[in-house]
Amino acid sequence: MLDLLAQTGLNAVYAASYISLVAVGLVLIFGVMGVINFAHGELFMAGAYVVVAVYADMHMPFFLAVIVGLLFVGFLGLLMERALFRPLRDNPLGGLVASIGFLMILQSLAVMGFGVRMEFIPPVTQHVIWLSDGISIPLARVYVIVASVLLLSALWYFLKRTRFGWALRASAQDPQAAELQGISIVQTARIAMFIGAGLAGIAGALTAPLISVNPHMGHSVIVTAFIVIIVGGIGSLEGAIIASVVYAFVHTFVTTFYGGVVADITGLALMLLVLIVKPTGLFGSADRA
Amino acid sequence: MLKFLIWLIVAVALIALPHGLSFSQQEILVFLTINILVVSSYRLLTLTGEWSLAHVVIMGVGAYASALFTKELGLWVPVSMLLGGLTAALIAVILSFPLFRMKGFYFLIGSFAAGEIIRLLWKHFRDPFGGAKGIKGIDPMPDFSIGIYNFDFFEPVSYFYFAGFIVAICLWILWRIERSPVGLTFHAVHWQDKLAEASGVNLRAYRTLAFAVASGFAGIGGALLAHYIGTINPNSFDLDLMVFVLTWAIVGGTGTFYGPILGCVALTILNEVVLRELGFEQMRPLIYGAILICSILFLPKGLESIVQKFTKRRAKQ
Repeated sequence: MLDLLAQTGLNAVYAASYISLVAVGLVLIFGVMGVINFAHGELFMAGAYVVVAVYADMHMPFFLAVIVGLLFVGFLGLLMERALFRPLRDNPLGGLVASIGFLMILQSLAVMGFGVRMEFIPPVTQHVIWLSDGISIPLARVYVIVASVLLLSALWYFLKRTRFGWALRASAQDPQAAELQGISIVQTARIAMFIGAGLAGIAGALTAPLISVNPHMGHSVIVTAFIVIIVGGIGSLEGAIIASVVYAFVHTFVTTFYGGVVADITGLALMLLVLIVKPTGLFGSADRA
Repeated sequence: MLKFLIWLIVAVALIALPHGLSFSQQEILVFLTINILVVSSYRLLTLTGEWSLAHVVIMGVGAYASALFTKELGLWVPVSMLLGGLTAALIAVILSFPLFRMKGFYFLIGSFAAGEIIRLLWKHFRDPFGGAKGIKGIDPMPDFSIGIYNFDFFEPVSYFYFAGFIVAICLWILWRIERSPVGLTFHAVHWQDKLAEASGVNLRAYRTLAFAVASGFAGIGGALLAHYIGTINPNSFDLDLMVFVLTWAIVGGTGTFYGPILGCVALTILNEVVLRELGFEQMRPLIYGAILICSILFLPKGLESIVQKFTKRRAKQ
């Protein structure tokens, strides 16, 4: 029993690490652009398909594929910023619909390029680390956890300790005041979109060999990310990370002991409960609602 | 007199319409009729400024309730459709307690969560909801004859007439609600919430009222759908359909009563008729998505703004 609990805990840590990458990207985009990016799950999917193309089909090294995934999806983010969100800056509902349109485009490009079937990706490594007789973790999952910790720490350093980071946070708090201080709103928007999209892309690329890659995989990802950013409070990066961990643990444990559908219901009920008790999320403030 | 004549011509045109279409187009026409009710009821909700992502699930509540009322209790189909609508309204009132603590994006996503929970409950409980496979063999409308026309409800044309009649009544009621003092208060709740509250309007009560009435009509739409296709499952009312309703409303424009209807008709014809028949089957979502983006970028006030431009110019002359 203790083994099972420890094993489930390890699985939850893995789930938390890639969920937090996706959710933090979504929060960053919302914070700076003021728009909920509905296509965020499809950015995750795009990252996974980069791995399919570069690693599985072209037989390049896996880590090269992950870097390509980060850059490719980051540039998709720049494209979205220029083509959709910049012209629709004062129209958040329009931005939402535009991102839905973008989602449809990405989805059908994936179908046209790779077909509707699930992609098989050869495992990166078969190595499994045994912590005791009943507790183990595949090395491929450790990669995801390590990458997530490194990336989020780097992001934290970037936001809190560099001038760019200050500019980004300033323009998220008050775009007009930030502009008066000489901060280029367009520039900060570009950086936020590149990082936000890139994080979703790298999460998709890293997890691609471990999950089923198909054109509709973005759906469950965006649902999870929504739950997490609501529980954490829209606009709060720390909240998103903490909520990712809480959600991953609750979801993984309920899945292990009661099954997937009950886990989904529990996750959504948790989110509704948080909203009822504190309508701005655990770490959110009201002014961005 | 002139107004009556125009409506008569519209009615005759609508009665003649399905006879010029192919069988699959007639079926699309039935779905289109039902969707017009769904998107119009959605507009009533957006009048108060809240955008819900639960509307399609609420429509599903009507569909499930109506299907179960006929199957389990053996009620007459039109009665259970009405009860389906009432059930949807009741569920909306219950949901309003947690949901109306939120506004804006929080409401958008909170309503999505509430809807997903209902959908997952359908999936989880095989009795009475049928689990993931849903409910099959829902009784169709019983056939009947009005002397000059025999309604055979396996024919889409007959069902189009029936659904069209019900939807027309519902639209008329929705129109009357919007023009009534209550409807004007909905506007006030959206645009001048502080002022409305200061003049004694109970904001929350009006938000709940709009939510319940809109949900009731969506529920009737769902019931109409359930008794037409005869089988429903949790995936019939998923986020994909909700995204369509949302885009119909926004692309059509939500400033007027006819805006969302215009969006629904234009985008359905584009997606189901034009793109399907041009043979772009695989590229359909791509083109649809691109058109969505273009219409948001270049027509931010929706299709209704074209109509308004046209009618204004005429009024000037």
